[in-house]
Amino acid sequence: MIRNAREGTEATSDRHENAIRTRNLNLWYGDFQALLDVDLQIKKGVVTAVIGPSGCGKSTLLRSVNRINERLGYVRITGGIEVLGHDVYEDGVSLPRLRKEVGMVFQRPNPLPISIRDNVLFSLDLHGTRDQGPGKGVKEEIVERCLRRVLLWDSVKDRLQAKATKLSLAEQQKLCIARLLPVKPSILLMDEPCSALDPKGTAAVEELIWELRGVYTILIVTHNMAQARRVSEECVFMLMGRIVEHSLTEDMFAAPKEKQTADYIEGRYG
Amino acid sequence: MANDEVASRAAVSPRTRPGRRADAARHVDKDRLTLDWYQDKIVQVVVFLGGISAIVFIIGIFLFITREGFSFVVEKLEITEFFTSIRWQPTSEHRPTYNILAMIAGTASVTGLAMVVAIPFSLGAAIYISEFARGKTREALKVLVELLAAIPSVVWGFIGLSLMNPLIIELFDVPVGLNVLNAGIILGLMAAPIMTSIAEDALKAVPDGYREAAEAMGATRWQVVVKVVLPAARNGLLAAVLLGVGRGFGETMAVLMATGHSINIPDSIFDSVRALTATIAAELGETAVGSDHYQALFTIGIFLFVVTFTINLLADLVVRGVRKG
Repeated sequence: MIRNAREGTEATSDRHENAIRTRNLNLWYGDFQALLDVDLQIKKGVVTAVIGPSGCGKSTLLRSVNRINERLGYVRITGGIEVLGHDVYEDGVSLPRLRKEVGMVFQRPNPLPISIRDNVLFSLDLHGTRDQGPGKGVKEEIVERCLRRVLLWDSVKDRLQAKATKLSLAEQQKLCIARLLPVKPSILLMDEPCSALDPKGTAAVEELIWELRGVYTILIVTHNMAQARRVSEECVFMLMGRIVEHSLTEDMFAAPKEKQTADYIEGRYG
Repeated sequence: MANDEVASRAAVSPRTRPGRRADAARHVDKDRLTLDWYQDKIVQVVVFLGGISAIVFIIGIFLFITREGFSFVVEKLEITEFFTSIRWQPTSEHRPTYNILAMIAGTASVTGLAMVVAIPFSLGAAIYISEFARGKTREALKVLVELLAAIPSVVWGFIGLSLMNPLIIELFDVPVGLNVLNAGIILGLMAAPIMTSIAEDALKAVPDGYREAAEAMGATRWQVVVKVVLPAARNGLLAAVLLGVGRGFGETMAVLMATGHSINIPDSIFDSVRALTATIAAELGETAVGSDHYQALFTIGIFLFVVTFTINLLADLVVRGVRKG
């Protein structure tokens, strides 16, 4: 449905086609340049994987989309990033609003040390519940819907008041995805979401990512090429802060255009 | 060439075994006799003594003050009267009395007011240093807080006596400026730096992942502090406050100089009071060793020891609670 609708409007406007678009993006950590002239277009509703060896800038790219990079304090940027057609580095952009629209999942599951239920409701709490009708019933409904969406409801429904940090790592990571959903983001950034999980947990989270495809635009950074192959529809290969190749996942793994991509995929470095 | 080598190896090999044994023997000798070995042992003993000295001293001090006050507690002390009567008249000719309610009230009121002053200051400073200040500002503030903690208490007492006293008289139009208000403010300012340090440690111990998670969900920095960092650091902050209370109870010189040192249950913050600690400091030098008065002062010492010990223990347990959770 969603895809059909998108294809229909393809000709009319490029802005609505792309969820994220970077133009000439350069980024420095102090004196070190981590991103060089990154031009990237991420399509709406598609799962895009970013692959590349350690230190190639893939996490940096991800973290500059929701501007969480700026926590460090010594980051400098030129060029621009548009999220849903709006430049996020313009003056006067509201970070809370941006981050409500663009959720993020981290490498290590980082649920807050409060109950499972409160974790899910935390973002609602942050962004005010004025338009939500803060009735208790409504909240419980939201908790259930979001936990069901991440395939976690059945295993935690009897212990919603339990501390979230007591869950298994895979469950914590699912919860970290679930807590983004109440404020209805359109983009999910995932920074190696499975690297702290065991194979079973990884499979569960990958299943969930596949499940969310189409509804959310997902940009996932991964070290694991097999994972990129399993969960993504499009794939971006980065090397030394530059985008080397961006194509459909199946094309990239079957017939990479660039030699560097081929070498990386075949495991000659990285 | 190759043949020569093989030959020489063959020639050596029968001798290698005994040679190795000799090496091993020498190695054992080295373990036993060298300077390094003695040095190692000596350092071990010194470090061990250093480690247990804290325990030895605290037990020693407790035994000392208990011994000095013990016979008084057992033979002459009316426990209920001791704690419920305000009559402290050690130099009375007819019937000297030793009851400490007034001093408990004095210490409690001064400490209470000190916490009212110190808690907002120290928590505010800790939150600013840990969550908002960056780079040089942060380092400078941390050094300054440490410096503030190093000001001797008699200097604070001096400030109370010569600066605050006339100020309070003028501002509030009261006859005496040495009172609960004066001592409370002085003590609050004294306790604040230590409380700030401990509270800041507690805030720093909150994993950065929590802050990042909340910020990535769109929390403003203030929301991060209120909704994430403070709840997560709750126990550590409580411990900071408790240690501040312990400090307030134990402080002597500044309180002696700023309270007015009069036996009195305060009706308002403009009343002069007397603290438990200040009583000991002021009177112990004038008493005959072993007299009732002397022993009564030591009984106050036991009481203070027990109270501060309990408070510190409580603080410690609270911090341990944080680690478990």
